[in-house]
Amino acid sequence: MSNTEKEDGSMNSTATPATGTRTTSLGNVATASAAARARSEQPVGSGLEARNVHAWFGKYHAISDMSLDFPTGTVTALIGPSGCGKSTFLRTLNRMHEFIPGAAMAGEVLLHGKDIYAPGTDVTKIRLKIGMVFQKPNPFPSMTIGENVLAGIKLAQLKVTNKNDLMEECLERAGLWNEVKDRLNQPGGSLSGGQQQRLCIARSLAVRPEVLLMDEPCSALDPGSTLKIEETISELAKTMTIIIVTHNMQQAARVSDYTAFLLSDGGPGQIVEFAPTREIFTRPKDKRTENYVTGRFG
Amino acid sequence: MTPVTAVSPIKPWRPTRRDYIVQCGILVGSFLASYLVIENTGFAGRLPLVIFFGIFAITSLAILSGMKRGKEAAKDAVMAGAAYTGIFALLLPVASILWTVTSRGTAAIYSGFFTTDMSQDPFSSTLDVGGIKHALIGTIWLIVIALIISVPLGILTALYLTEIKGPGSALIRFLVQAMSGIPSIVAGLFIYSALISGTGRGFSGFMGALALSILMIPTVARTAEEVLKLVPPDLREAGLALGATQWKTVALVVIPAAKSGLVTAVILGVARIAGETAPLLFTTGGADDTNLNPFDGNMGSIPFYIWKALIDGSPEAASRAWAGIFILMLAVLALFALARFLSRAKIVK
Repeated sequence: MSNTEKEDGSMNSTATPATGTRTTSLGNVATASAAARARSEQPVGSGLEARNVHAWFGKYHAISDMSLDFPTGTVTALIGPSGCGKSTFLRTLNRMHEFIPGAAMAGEVLLHGKDIYAPGTDVTKIRLKIGMVFQKPNPFPSMTIGENVLAGIKLAQLKVTNKNDLMEECLERAGLWNEVKDRLNQPGGSLSGGQQQRLCIARSLAVRPEVLLMDEPCSALDPGSTLKIEETISELAKTMTIIIVTHNMQQAARVSDYTAFLLSDGGPGQIVEFAPTREIFTRPKDKRTENYVTGRFG
Repeated sequence: MTPVTAVSPIKPWRPTRRDYIVQCGILVGSFLASYLVIENTGFAGRLPLVIFFGIFAITSLAILSGMKRGKEAAKDAVMAGAAYTGIFALLLPVASILWTVTSRGTAAIYSGFFTTDMSQDPFSSTLDVGGIKHALIGTIWLIVIALIISVPLGILTALYLTEIKGPGSALIRFLVQAMSGIPSIVAGLFIYSALISGTGRGFSGFMGALALSILMIPTVARTAEEVLKLVPPDLREAGLALGATQWKTVALVVIPAAKSGLVTAVILGVARIAGETAPLLFTTGGADDTNLNPFDGNMGSIPFYIWKALIDGSPEAASRAWAGIFILMLAVLALFALARFLSRAKIVK
């Protein structure tokens, strides 16, 4: 195991300069993406897999025939203009889509090869394994910072032997521990927006999900907080699968191993291109992807 | 580096002393002018005085700001004057009620007022005997039983409408709204005809509480629904995304987030029923002696006490009625103040 990792590492170090020569204006992007790629080539098991997923709101066909593979331990970014179905697709991945009145879907979402939409599936267990961080920070207002982190334990009625250790570990992983360790008893709403979002990440981590879905987690935050959350994402990606929706293409380039470009040409949103991030940003195969990532439209 | 001179904070946007003097002058002038009009024309009395004062004051203030800042400012002053008139017209009757009840309601209150009942003395006896012990106990029983019945039913109804959104939600919402418009005497008659008349059961405090519950449930349900609607949908999604069931999300996230508002809903419900008299006449039967058992026998209550004292006719009985009104008013006032306090406390953004 360690041998293969070393080999992968050496392969990466040789690959990096090659990537650099290929790029012109997006040189820094490619370097960052290559660093991210080092993670992606760690040995992986079967992670999350979407197969021919469609989604509807009433009669409105929102996304059509989306198939994507999210190997364990990778970060996948979903990019595309507003209304292309990024968030809808994300919400089908942990069965949050069904809470919208009139929602319908087709296709399969496989977690370790098992369809999460199969009859008899315990949906609450699915959402424990596939956590979610929302666009707007939403700490529970009636709980303190500490209680917010452990809220999932209480909500899902899990047993934990040492709650304080878990709280510290989750806040540490979310990059928030040093800022809040002396004020764990203050309400969650007393934190700044960026801190609240990291608190929400810590809250998601406490139930030990295998996959974390992030729906534009930085769109309401300032650049400093965004940077901190991106560092958190890179840290988390060592142990879990992350799927992030973002409007910020630099962010996609910085944090993700793979990128999917989604687009709706008037009809339902579809996947135009899915490839390793550096390829999407340096030599996209589809003209529409190229136009989008270079800022010519969207 | 230049030395920093001490700067004291000022508020340049505030009216100056001169503005205040001019405004006071206008108000005094308007009052004098309207007084002269009343004295020298056919108009007489306090109401025309107030009306003329309002007309003069608003007109002259409008002209003043019109001269200073133009036509739009004059319109602004007229609308501001109209708003002040509105608040004055609203506060006047409230202040008058408070003053009347307080000044007349204290005459009958003496040291034994809360510890004796009216079983030994008629309402026309002197004011140093008898009291409202029986009525206080009755009202407390009525409210406690009505609370036990209405709060769970009202809040569960609200949860059905906001969380489950199950079949018939629109119809239920409509019916709850229609129910809150039911005249209170109809609630009393309903309990009387359905549960008392012809069944062999007599009057009791419990029957009264049932009638009051019919009035209280819609109030609690509607207020609770409004409060639950204010809980952001994000929070529900966050709870569900953490692997919670809907019930756990409601119990641990939604209800705590709406807690202070739900307390307000309950208190508004109590304030709604505390002063009801009509439904109690058919259901509790009313009593002058202390009855500790709400399930058996006639029971007194403060509204019944007031009603009985008022129809007695003697001056002593009238004083007792005012005292009852005073106690009831204080209780309702305290409840509303408590509701305001609890709904303000611990607001976390």
